[in-house]
Amino acid sequence: MHHLEINGLSSAYGSTEVLKDVSLNADKGEVVSLIGPSGSGKSTLLRVLIGLTPPTHGEVIVAGKKVDYQNTRDLKSLRNQMSIVFQQYNLFQNMTVMRNVTIAPIKIKKWPKAEAEHAALNLLEKVGMADKKNAYPEELSGGQQQRVAIARALATNPEILLLDEVTSALDPERVNEVLDTIRTLTDGGITMIIVSHEMAFVREVSTRIAMMDEGRIVECGHPTQIFDSPTQERTREFVSKILKH
Amino acid sequence: MFEQFLEQVPLFFSYHNLVFIAQATGRTLAMTFIGCSVGFFFGFCIAVLRQSTAPLLQIFRWLAIAYVEIFRRIPFLVILFIVLFVIEPLMPGTSLFGIATVSVCLLSTAFLSEVIRSGLESVPPQQVEGAKSLNFNALQTLVMVIMPQAWKVILPPAAAFVVMFIKDTSLASQLGVIELTFAGKMLVNRGFSPVLGFGVVLICYFALSYPLSRFAAYLETRLASS
Repeated sequence: MHHLEINGLSSAYGSTEVLKDVSLNADKGEVVSLIGPSGSGKSTLLRVLIGLTPPTHGEVIVAGKKVDYQNTRDLKSLRNQMSIVFQQYNLFQNMTVMRNVTIAPIKIKKWPKAEAEHAALNLLEKVGMADKKNAYPEELSGGQQQRVAIARALATNPEILLLDEVTSALDPERVNEVLDTIRTLTDGGITMIIVSHEMAFVREVSTRIAMMDEGRIVECGHPTQIFDSPTQERTREFVSKILKH
Repeated sequence: MFEQFLEQVPLFFSYHNLVFIAQATGRTLAMTFIGCSVGFFFGFCIAVLRQSTAPLLQIFRWLAIAYVEIFRRIPFLVILFIVLFVIEPLMPGTSLFGIATVSVCLLSTAFLSEVIRSGLESVPPQQVEGAKSLNFNALQTLVMVIMPQAWKVILPPAAAFVVMFIKDTSLASQLGVIELTFAGKMLVNRGFSPVLGFGVVLICYFALSYPLSRFAAYLETRLASS
């Protein structure tokens, strides 16, 4: 049984179909990366998975259970197991770093405050942000905010983590600190779906890579296959173009 | 004329007149305060309703939009007369003050709902998506994420609106409510100099609205820097 199974998933914004019949799966602890040009549906796929954009067709099966995205209870249990980190961090601007990380465990999961804060401090240490626990998001750099956002996403102990172009909004100098943080997570048994344009990083951490174009998965395979001997012309074109720079 | 003015001063500031003016000021203040409090509450409800997406509430959203758009376009004086002619036959014996207060509530609900709505809309949608993805429900998102950020945007124009309303309640004098403006008119009709009568009214309006607009300005600078 796959940890995450996506079968024939489609989604549309209005009448434009942005996700067409996408099938993909990930086993427990796998790191699957989605690459492809902008507008190819990578981010939309993540948004559909976490229930921010409704699917039009297809099914998503998490740990053997089919998710009904119309059903509030299903959505709730899905988001209990799955977290997302956004490109724009989306930290709550009215809360300190600590509060950002602990609010979901305390208010939603009803963990005792002390326990949640202890866990949060551990996570903040892991992402190197413990000394900023009382700062507000606007006082932090983009890279720092993104590391807090990663801690926040992990605070609810997700089994599946979605990372949506987490370094795209950062200064080049800040990219590595965030990638380093993610690297330390990849051996932690969490299943990850990563959307990224950092090809070297993707190649290094992924167990499998899916190449997307125009809402479809063009090719999916081991990193060496995708980068060194892609079977599809579209993948070859994309990879060679992006590696040249 | 100046002599007449001086002669009238001791007479004008009699105990009776002072109580009369104080009561009138109280009515102006009460209409504004009740009107804006009720308006803030219902305006908030309307703003939240208009932000909702549930298909079941569509009819209510349309009604809310119609209400807001209509009441923001009717002159306050006309609202006063409409309320008068609707309430009088339905509930005979309702005081003019009550009718004027209901009118203020109707108008301020429409205006404040727009102030609050623009405040809610100032919070980036990413904040809501962040909350959703962490399993916040709609109420939790509103209370813990949206409102703490929106109130900074809402408060300054809301305070400015209240200041404006203090002045607008003077139209209730046309209905016969003895608020500040009408009280001034009555005193002048009793033979007091208009300079004295309306001068005191002017000072009372100023005393009510100036502290409030200073407070609004203070909020604006304080919130802008935070």
